[in-house]
Amino acid sequence: MKNKGGLFDGFNYIFLTLVGCLMVFPLLHVLAKSFSSSQAINAGKVRLIPVDWTLTNYHVILGDSSIWRAFMVSVFITVAGTLINLILTASLAYPLSRPEYSMRKVVLIFILITMIFQAPLIPNYMVIKNLHLIDSLWALIIPSAISAYNLFIMRSFFVALPSELIDSARIDGAGELRTMWSVILPLSKPAMATMGLFYAVSHWNSYSSALYFINNRALYPLQLRLREIVLSNDLGQAGNLLENVNEISPAGVQMAVIIVSVVPIIIVYPFLQKYFIKGMLIGSIKA
Amino acid sequence: MPEQAPAAVSAARPALPAPKRGMSNLRKYKALYLISLPGIIYFIVFKYLPLLGSVMAFQNYNIFKGFTGSPWVGFDQFRRMFTYPEFLRILENTVLIGFYDLIFAFPVPIIFALLLNELRKVVYKRILQTVVYLPHFLSWVIIGGIMIGILSPTTGIVNQVLNAFGLKSIYFLGEDSYIRSILVGTGIWKDSGWGTIVYLAALASVNPELYEAARIDGASRWRQTLSITIPAILPTITIMFLLHIGNFLDFGFERVFVFVNSLNESKGDILDTYIYRVGLIDQQYSYTTAIGLFKSVVGLVLVMIGNTLSKRASGEGLY
Repeated sequence: MKNKGGLFDGFNYIFLTLVGCLMVFPLLHVLAKSFSSSQAINAGKVRLIPVDWTLTNYHVILGDSSIWRAFMVSVFITVAGTLINLILTASLAYPLSRPEYSMRKVVLIFILITMIFQAPLIPNYMVIKNLHLIDSLWALIIPSAISAYNLFIMRSFFVALPSELIDSARIDGAGELRTMWSVILPLSKPAMATMGLFYAVSHWNSYSSALYFINNRALYPLQLRLREIVLSNDLGQAGNLLENVNEISPAGVQMAVIIVSVVPIIIVYPFLQKYFIKGMLIGSIKA
Repeated sequence: MPEQAPAAVSAARPALPAPKRGMSNLRKYKALYLISLPGIIYFIVFKYLPLLGSVMAFQNYNIFKGFTGSPWVGFDQFRRMFTYPEFLRILENTVLIGFYDLIFAFPVPIIFALLLNELRKVVYKRILQTVVYLPHFLSWVIIGGIMIGILSPTTGIVNQVLNAFGLKSIYFLGEDSYIRSILVGTGIWKDSGWGTIVYLAALASVNPELYEAARIDGASRWRQTLSITIPAILPTITIMFLLHIGNFLDFGFERVFVFVNSLNESKGDILDTYIYRVGLIDQQYSYTTAIGLFKSVVGLVLVMIGNTLSKRASGEGLY
């Protein structure tokens, strides 16, 4: 019996290790290619370690102003978008967590409906168009200002806070706004941080709304620019920078752009890890 | 259009229950209502106005005539939908890809979670979790880029392996026979690790005394898994399954759109990509709104069926 369990354990360790490798190897492969010369890439020599170490691919990107512009657009959308997300989500979640808010039930159902029945793309587009938000970066921020799912998570977090806190704040003469600002929000820092990270990652990664609402290429966020480079084999400006096309492999440049757009995610990943399990658990209990 | 929003909100106000109590409540907690206002306006403008705008599915919408001037055509757009062979093909793609996703992708996180749960070295379990969650945070463009690189007929590692075995290179994204496998497979790569979180949480809440008692009774680990672990996470599996069913047609625009091209769209195009191409690019507004509405209604029906089944089976529903 014991032996049998040992056999299973051994198999399990090996299998899960292989799964783990399968998850990271593609990324390491991309990383290795981004630091390799075109000859090595085309000869198929690159596996997980760079061959003919070179920074040429990154130099090409550095020289391409459209990539940097796209990077800055994404930074703006992520920062401004996340701030607006947090302010609006918290300012609706808080009243909905208070029994004194008598429209609570109505508003909750009103929001739940939007989760289970969504309007098609074209009418959404018409609303954005009529608000004159086409070709404005706000079209990537305001229409996704509140995620109903996150709103419910934040509300259940506020509900779980002891009501004595609010009562004592009121006895001290604090108004509703003041209570929210100086009592509730400071206590909600971990919840806000989790939610902020999730909102930020989704802003950084999204490209569909930019595809729908942005026609002006100068306003393309990084993911959309990346899509052009990687998917259309269109190197645009970067392509013109190549003095000798044979020297630089487009594959190497493509891999370098992928790495540039992954780096911010890798930087926040430890923080995400720290909080997301908690966040997911709150969500799954109330789901 | 924006000026409709505040009007709708103030119209909702007098509808408060018990006028006197309602009004005094309103006055006393004015600040609470004010704080909630921007959020409510957001939902009205960006969620309810588009719903209202969906009436264009019953029109022959013309940009110059607008909603009020465009002619009403009843269910013509829906009739047109079902007589188009192209639409039927896309619907078939969407249903088939959704179905493959359900069969192949849905069970993977459950199996991973069960296996991870059997690991005894906590540190190693932590490391593995960190690694398998990571792909969830990568965008579809990045995953598309990675996959295109790996599957490339000239420089891709997969074809190099094939060549090493004396096989010919395959242009995986240039044929329609691989696209569905690629779509489902990349989904498994991206999200199956992440999907384990919910199941691992359910597994962590199983009472350890149950296992101890089983061990004293001489139950093998396999037996313990069958009789304790799986029944313990069955409610979670049910809920996740229902959520999945409800999103059956929402396979995800961003995922499909990075992989679909003119060579593989005959089997890879789904409703969302079709709506984007024909609706937004070719400007067939009413027709694609009808398709979108059809999709939302089917989704709603699926959620309701799922909820009823769940209530009957476990006494718990999603809402």
